[in-house]
Amino acid sequence: MNELIISVAHRTLVAGTPLLLATLGEILTERSGILNLGIEGMMAAGAIGAFATTFVTGNIVLGIAVAMGIGISLSFIHAFVSVTLKGNQVVSGLALVMLGLGLSGLWGKSYVGNPLPVGTPELAIPFLVQIPYVGPILFRQDPFFFLAIILGVIFWFALKYTRWGIMVRSVGENPGASEAQGINASLVQYVSTMIGGALAGLAGAHLSLSYSRAWAEGMTGGRGWIVIALTIFALWDPLRAYLGAFLFGGIFVLQYVLQPLGIPPNILGLFPYLITLVVLVVAMAGKDSRKHSAPAMLGESYTPTS
Amino acid sequence: MGIRIKVEPRISHPPILPLTILVISLSMGFLGIGVLFAFYGINPFAAIWKIFSGSFGSLYGLSETMTKAIPLILIGAGLTLVFRAKFWNIGAEGQLLLGAIFSGYVGLNLGSLIPSFFTVPVMFMAGFIGGALWALPTVILRTKFNVNEVISTLMLNYIAAEILNFLITGPWKGKTQMGFPYTDDLPHHATLTLIPGTRIHIVTLVVALLSALILYVLVYYTKFGYELRVTGDNPHAARYAGINFMKITMTMMTISGGLAGVAGVGELAGIHHHLSYPSSISSGYGYTAIIVAWLAKLNPLMAIFSGIFFAGILVGGDAIQISLGLPSATVQIFNGILLFSLIMGDYFLTHRVRVVVQA
Repeated sequence: MNELIISVAHRTLVAGTPLLLATLGEILTERSGILNLGIEGMMAAGAIGAFATTFVTGNIVLGIAVAMGIGISLSFIHAFVSVTLKGNQVVSGLALVMLGLGLSGLWGKSYVGNPLPVGTPELAIPFLVQIPYVGPILFRQDPFFFLAIILGVIFWFALKYTRWGIMVRSVGENPGASEAQGINASLVQYVSTMIGGALAGLAGAHLSLSYSRAWAEGMTGGRGWIVIALTIFALWDPLRAYLGAFLFGGIFVLQYVLQPLGIPPNILGLFPYLITLVVLVVAMAGKDSRKHSAPAMLGESYTPTS
Repeated sequence: MGIRIKVEPRISHPPILPLTILVISLSMGFLGIGVLFAFYGINPFAAIWKIFSGSFGSLYGLSETMTKAIPLILIGAGLTLVFRAKFWNIGAEGQLLLGAIFSGYVGLNLGSLIPSFFTVPVMFMAGFIGGALWALPTVILRTKFNVNEVISTLMLNYIAAEILNFLITGPWKGKTQMGFPYTDDLPHHATLTLIPGTRIHIVTLVVALLSALILYVLVYYTKFGYELRVTGDNPHAARYAGINFMKITMTMMTISGGLAGVAGVGELAGIHHHLSYPSSISSGYGYTAIIVAWLAKLNPLMAIFSGIFFAGILVGGDAIQISLGLPSATVQIFNGILLFSLIMGDYFLTHRVRVVVQA
């Protein structure tokens, strides 16, 4: 029984890790006023990029770098359309999903069914891993997990207390006033969107290198869309992103835990999506759209008057 | 002497400009697709020629293009309506599946209870209702609970797919299908008549063309259409003018979801004749139709032409997939690139870019 609890909790954190990584990125992007719905596509392209690179070179770090590079390149297209061309951000995000899923399917065709020759090493934090329960759950994880946890703190601190974070937030709230203060609003939005893309790519790398250690078309399974929902659930706050990401990690794991009870797998399979809706209703309940903490200019293109 | 690129907003544009930009955008899109082919060591001219000759170059190709245009026109025309009011219904895929499920239930079970002559009309009604029922909760979620409709419509796509998977592998699994995850075949009177030698289910095609025409009249020549356009252009003005956002959105999502459901009836009763995996009932029509609506500039009547165009891309995409051994995801790349080139082109409708040479 103890082992089961530890195993479920451990897997919950593993399943929540890609959600946390990508949600942190999307929080930053949206804080700067840019809505990037393309996470699903960037994640899928990142997943195959990481897998193919690692498969060929045997170098995991290189695989991760390629995945992040793909995320950055794809999000650059979105930033170009949204910031420079002031195009429709919803449609651009959807185009990004199609492009990313399509590219991943094309690139990944020859890798289907191949297991990864090398795995991501698990790191055990000395001493802390000895703590009963908590140790094996929290302190024996792969590097992605620790990275996600650390990034969450960094993002929270940076957005709240650094000059750079204040710039990002003020651009998302009022780009005109920010420019009057001497901030290059376009640059801030480009950088924020591309960091968001890098993290979506990284989340994809986690899926293919660590979570399943294989590539399959459609393996992102809607996680990119759940990330968009989690960003809203987190009310654009990196610390609340922990809660949302690991809650959903738990829901993904719950499918496997409940399977022996005789619930049809397809009914369990719709849980994450159904719960996403329920969680959003609960998160948004009683909140006026003007009062909750969405960046004021989210998704709106800004035209300088000069 | 210096050369500067000068960008300025356009106050007005010549009437030919939208068409010119459209042609240039699509050409740039195909250029992008060509570069991708070249990157893969495939002759881009041959590949793009193959796409168009595969879809429009033969009688068989044309008939397949028209077959796939039916769901795209139905869904695309409905989406022009909702997108106009800036309600982002990304859930047509799920609404289509619900239409197939509802009409499948009618076709499989009620055949003995209603005169066979009525079966098909009742199936179409059931499909419309199924699609609309799957669309309407998202309006309530948005207006009452502030839940973003992009998320809710998308989540309902996944939920619809899992429900269909559950039905065909569980309670509705056909006893005559040798263990395959299909329902039994529909009785003959519950299937649609095809144009001989093709897979074009003529009733659904007529319904699709009529829907596009009726929606065109609705948008441009009625009070509802006027309110819809105001809501999209300026939601604040709409509120002050006493336009009820909830009522407008409810109505147009009923239409948009319902038409997607009708597309599901066509795919089920016209093509497959039994329910099977979600990805075989709809090859992503709900998503492709988003581009159809965008290419149509949110004009329901133009959705007919853009629907046929993108059906051609799907059919031509199938043709090159088979001849060049590419995976089915390739078409998604085409869709993504073409959608990007279309929205990029929009910029030049509202902005003039000039190269200024200074002495």
